[in-house]
Amino acid sequence: MSWAEMQPLLSQACWETLIMVGWSTLIAVAGGLPLGVLLVLTDRGGLLRNATVNKAVGVVVNLGRSLPFLILMISVLPFTRWVIGTTIGAEAMVVPLSIGAIPFLARLVETAVREVDGGLVEAVQAMGGSTWTVVRKALLPESLPSLIAGLTTTVIALIGYSAMAGTIGGGGLGDLAIRYGYQRFETSLMLVTIGVLIVIVTAVQLAGDLAARGASHRGRTSTTPRLRLLRPAAATEAS
Amino acid sequence: MITTTGLTKVYRSRDRETVALDGVDLHVREGEVYGVVGRSGAGKSTLIRCVNLLERPTSGTVEVAGRDLTALAGRSDRAGSALRTARTGIGMVFQHFNLLSSRTVRDNVELPLEILGVSGRERRRKALELLDLVGLADKARAYPAQLSGGQKQRVGIARSLAGDPKVLLSDEATSALDPETTRSILQLLRDLNQQLGLTILLITHEMDVVKAICDSAALMKGGRIVESGKVTDLLATPGSELAHELFPVGGEPSGEGRTVVDLTFHGEAATEPVISQLSRTYNIDISVLGAALETIGGRQVGRMRIELPGAFEDNVVPIGFLREKGLQVDVAPVAGDELVKEGAK
Repeated sequence: MSWAEMQPLLSQACWETLIMVGWSTLIAVAGGLPLGVLLVLTDRGGLLRNATVNKAVGVVVNLGRSLPFLILMISVLPFTRWVIGTTIGAEAMVVPLSIGAIPFLARLVETAVREVDGGLVEAVQAMGGSTWTVVRKALLPESLPSLIAGLTTTVIALIGYSAMAGTIGGGGLGDLAIRYGYQRFETSLMLVTIGVLIVIVTAVQLAGDLAARGASHRGRTSTTPRLRLLRPAAATEAS
Repeated sequence: MITTTGLTKVYRSRDRETVALDGVDLHVREGEVYGVVGRSGAGKSTLIRCVNLLERPTSGTVEVAGRDLTALAGRSDRAGSALRTARTGIGMVFQHFNLLSSRTVRDNVELPLEILGVSGRERRRKALELLDLVGLADKARAYPAQLSGGQKQRVGIARSLAGDPKVLLSDEATSALDPETTRSILQLLRDLNQQLGLTILLITHEMDVVKAICDSAALMKGGRIVESGKVTDLLATPGSELAHELFPVGGEPSGEGRTVVDLTFHGEAATEPVISQLSRTYNIDISVLGAALETIGGRQVGRMRIELPGAFEDNVVPIGFLREKGLQVDVAPVAGDELVKEGAK
């Protein structure tokens, strides 16, 4: 297969992957961020202590996390049809991807927010801040580097899930690799697709690390996410 | 300015009850620096957290600047808007500073003003003014991670003053700092107390802090205040544990059959050559076991432990002479004897 033949297929597949990952990331943030914060606030010792809510949210999140994505994708097909009107195509796949990513991100958000020093919460309260103020001014900004790292992990997981979504008609790079590389023995296309996926994942990780570093003002001693992929750049910046 | 009445706090875990505060009555007058000292676990931290109701007392009332905060808080576990408004008028500084690492120094100081709903330009002006007050005007754009411990605490103090509080609560503010920095932070607190008429309630486990800046002090043990009052009065109280902790005079008696006496000099008595007079008048040899001289609130106070030959019975007259001279005399307990503690009249 020549590059001229591959090029339109690849750009179409990239676009589809982008739609699937992009939309589901946005929805995952909209759902996972509040859920994660809620898990921390309602926990024992939290600002909105509420065992019932905490348990309920925890169970829902665990349920979403324990279901293998392939099964989740198929079991929500009726729901997907109800929301989008079809079960085929990149747009339709946004539904199962979002449902899979929300609990995933919620746990990561929970861990990140829990790391924030309780003293800061106390300080904001002592100034007369409400719970909402504590969340907005202390919990979220202070955990931002970890939140960005969590989001990066989620996006990369979503790229992986989106390849699976390709198998049931979602399109995208995974679908391309299976249809051409696996079923038609177009090894060259398979290799190119893998290459493209590696580049995308690397770029996302790099962007995430850079953003997390930029958001962190704690200095180099603490748990700042270091650049994992670009050592020389990190070295020049440190000098 | 701050009054707590019958303040009690009981922590309940599954099968245990821990009494952190056991009926604490605290009275802090307007404009004074009041120190609460005690070992860790004595309940100091719980006490100061109960003053702005970060910790809800199990029973008892807290009044700050004439307002009953416990009534404002109501029964709800969460801070209602009335309590939150009251808190904006009470500054608080912490042992570990509790600055937001994601904000610059100036933005940290602006935070309470944001909560108060002050406009952007006014916030900025006020923040810079406060940073100037604590001597950190040049660090406005730095992040907390770039500051030293003492500088961080100065930011903490600037932040606590943003709401123009009448009362400042200091929770072990200098305990994480080295002695030199501690002195400068205490000096700053003293200056703020005098310039702004700020009432300061501080808790600490360091006696030096009380010695350096407190007008009044209280000693906490096992959730109770066992002793309290003005520092100068405490020193004049015979057998005061706090006075002894503040100005320890050591020294063991050199042998049996001797009388050990602790003397406290105040005001004029501090300048009189009492010891040599005693020695000459009764023709006895006096050995000094230990001595300390301190300045409290601009007044010199001295403490001395001396040893007189012979048992207590033989020294009744010389001890009477010392009392006559206006000294406070405590006879130290003799080993094997009942506690002999005699107070001044």
